[in-house]
Formats: sequence, structure tokens, C-alpha cells
Amino acid sequence: MPLVIENLSHRYPGKTALADVSFRLAPGQFNGLLGLNGAGKTTLFGLATRLLAIQRGSIYLQGHSLARPTMAALRGLGVVFQQSTLDLDLTVQQNLAYHASLQGLRPSMARARICQELARFELTDHHNRPVRMLNGGHRRRVELARAMLHQPEVLLLDEPTTGLDVASRSFLVEHVHQLCRKQGLTVLWATHLFDELQASDQALVLHQGRLLANQAAAELIREQQSDNLQSAFEALTQGDSP
Amino acid sequence: MSLSRYWYGFLGIQRREWQRFWLQRARFATALVRPLLWLFVFAAGFGLSTGFSIPAALPGSSGYQAYMVPGLCGMVILFNSMQCALSMVYDRELGSMRILLVSPLPRPFLLIAKLLAMGTVSVAQSLGFLALARLADSSIPPAGYLAALPLLVATSLMLGATGLLIATWIKQLENFAGLMNFVIFPLFFLSSALYPLSSMAESNPWLYWLCQVNPFTHAVEAIRHALYLQWNPLALGVTVVTTCVLALSATTGFRPQRTRVLGRVPS
Repeated sequence: MPLVIENLSHRYPGKTALADVSFRLAPGQFNGLLGLNGAGKTTLFGLATRLLAIQRGSIYLQGHSLARPTMAALRGLGVVFQQSTLDLDLTVQQNLAYHASLQGLRPSMARARICQELARFELTDHHNRPVRMLNGGHRRRVELARAMLHQPEVLLLDEPTTGLDVASRSFLVEHVHQLCRKQGLTVLWATHLFDELQASDQALVLHQGRLLANQAAAELIREQQSDNLQSAFEALTQGDSP
Repeated sequence: MSLSRYWYGFLGIQRREWQRFWLQRARFATALVRPLLWLFVFAAGFGLSTGFSIPAALPGSSGYQAYMVPGLCGMVILFNSMQCALSMVYDRELGSMRILLVSPLPRPFLLIAKLLAMGTVSVAQSLGFLALARLADSSIPPAGYLAALPLLVATSLMLGATGLLIATWIKQLENFAGLMNFVIFPLFFLSSALYPLSSMAESNPWLYWLCQVNPFTHAVEAIRHALYLQWNPLALGVTVVTTCVLALSATTGFRPQRTRVLGRVPS
């Protein structure tokens, strides 16, 4: 399994962010991590990317525990954070080259991969422009292109469409679904925008730090006797609220 | 993982720092104004009005301006290294830090590489200052600049590591003004950058000992001696050992969760 989370709990002073969360992601699957603000999504991403230290539970990436990660296993992880992590003053090319070097890619290979990803995300014409001059949608594409540079097997995206217009959103959503279908990429996509999930996608519902559901979106809708994913989510989380 | 991956990572971090340096070259040039004012205004005025003389045994004893050059060189590194280290943990560099920290390369290596990259920029600035300082005093032999180079790098690494340690563990100093008042100014004024410690030992032994335990004093002395192609084993030893200890503590003790790298600092 590309990513396995077992009995993960995390507390901030005075607040439980995650309580005994367990799930495993199947290869090549698009997994939507659904939750309202404060549900624990960003904490989960912080733990999976090692920006937060694990307090209780385990995370396994490509079978290796993040408590003792191997570099080969870490190379299999790509991340798009909720807030932009691009250097606005540098060009698109320079941002991508920086990331490639941090992944230890040989310069000739990095150049080839950068060309490939820029073409895939329709950014070739922008490669020499400072990121500051790009619109929000293009900046997100650059972040996605960057996350794919080292050809990860698992891609984590924390609310990647925040602040984007409809066209940019659907471009990103469709592209990432294609990556799952064509390249076998495993995706964990945190969002509170329900239309970003397709019926066959796996829906993981995180509410107040607890995982309430982990099943195909269509199945969740049927089980909650709802018309759509949003209603199913509301039915599930309202039933759970104290 | 082969060594070449480390090398590519190191080069990438260096390249990015220099790209940023080039984009902000005006800001870096203006950072030289402070030490130049000290040298061309304060040192000239103070030396003339008080007739302050430097003990002949010290390198750079030809005049007060010559004495101050190594200390001000340390000042350039002190301000730049601290400011850069603080920006790694707060505001300006947050995005870049997240990307750095999710790299598969070991974190201590990445942080050392980052501190060294910032250090090379500080060293370039201090060399710029030394070039301009020749207008005030030209007693430093050309080979002295080369001899001082490793010490400039070590000093920048030591001060960068100090800044990183402080920014990670002392939340109250999360802005540059706080760092300046409580760290930079005490380090600078409680050192031999502006006055020889021998004169201080006679007038105030307490201050003298405070200056003696300040690693910045030894860094300045090591630079001063190297610039004049002299050897000060105590200053060199303290500088090298302190650099190693602080760099190791800062990079192995770095905890992203204690910073704003993820967007919040749990109270």
C-alpha cells in the first residue's frame, strides 16, 4: 500500500486535532479527504510530510514507517500545500529547478523533467516569467508541476483549489484524476468542495479529528440516502455532532 | 542514496540563495551603509578627538580605523546571518522552508546547506565591505583576505546557527527589533569589535570577562589575526569549536512544529 495511517492521534494544547485515525490508500486511486475547517486535515498533512512530529500512531509510506523513513521512500512523496510555497521573485523554471535539486535529481534529468511537466500543465510559454506575474490558476499549476517533477507515487494536496476560479479548478481536478488513471498515481486530495470528487473516488470524511467514513463517494451517497455528496456529508457529520 | 544527490541538493540551495541575492542586490548594498558609517564617521571622529591608541602588539594597530575593520566585518556578518536565520523560521522564507523540509535529504544536512548558502552571501557582503574599507586603511596585506576567508565562512555559520537556535526556541524574539536589542547589540558591544579588551580589563574586569566568554569576540579576533597573516590559536579554537557545536545543535535540534512552517505555532 502506498500510504497507510494507523491509529494516528494528535493533540495541541487544549485541543484534540486527530483522534485514532486509520486508513490505507490503494495504488492509483483518487482519495478525497473531506472535512470542514478545523477538521484536522492540515494536521494530518503536517504529520504525513513530517512537518509535525507524530505523537501517537504510525504512518507508513511505501511500507516504510515515517518514524524511520528511508530516502527512497520519501522520494515517492509529492506535496502541494494549502498556502503557496513558490518563491514569487524567481521564475517558474528557477522554482522547479530548486525543487529538482532538493530531490537530488541530476541537472540534465531535471531539465528534461521540467520541460515535460511544463508541457503537461500547459506552462511552457511561462517558464521564464517570475511567478509573481502569473495568475492564481497558473501558480497552482506550477506547484502541481513541481510536485510531479520527481515522479512520486503518492501525491498529497491540501485544498489545492482554494481561491481559484471555476475554469482553473476544473483544469486541476481533471488533470489530477488523469494522473491517477494514466500513471497509477495515488492521490490524497483534502477539500471541502464536494464537486471535486467523482462518483468512483474514495471519500474519507474527517470530522472533529475523527474519520467517520472511508468508502466510494457513490456508496456513501447511497448509504446516507442522499442526492449528492454534500448532503451525504451533512447527514453524516450532523449525526455525529455533540 | 548516492553522494551525488547530496551534491545536487547543496548546489541547488546555494544557487537559490545567490539568485535571491542578485534580485535583492540593492538591499544588500544598502546594508553596507551601517558599517561604512562606523568606519568613515565614528572611527575617524573618535580616533581624532580622543587620540585613542591601539596597543602595538595587536594586528591592525596603525590607527583606530585599521583596528575597527575586522570588527565591522564581523558586524556585517552578524546582522546578515541573524536576519537570514530569523527569516528561515518566520515570514519571508516560510514557503521555501516547507519545500526544503519535505526533501528526502536528511534535515540536518539541508539546514547546514541552507546556513552555509546564507553564509556565503554574508561573506560576499563582508568582502564588499573590506574592499571599500581599503579607502580608509590599506594596511591589510592582499594574502590576508584569502587567509581570513575560511574564518568569515565559519563566523557566518556560527552566527546563522545561533539565529536559527534562537528563532526556534525563543518565541518572544520573533521580530528583528527584539533580536537586535537582546542578541545582536549585546554580542557586538560585548566584544573586541570596537575596543581592545586589554584596556577594558583595567577599567572594568566584569565587562572584560563578559567579553571574553562571548564567542563573537573570538571570531572577530580570529578574523583580525588572519587578515594580518597572524595566528591566534585561542581565538581560532574557540571559533571553530563554537561553530561546530552551535551548527550541530541548531540543525539536529530544529523542530518545525515549534515554528510557523506549517502556518501555526501551538502555544
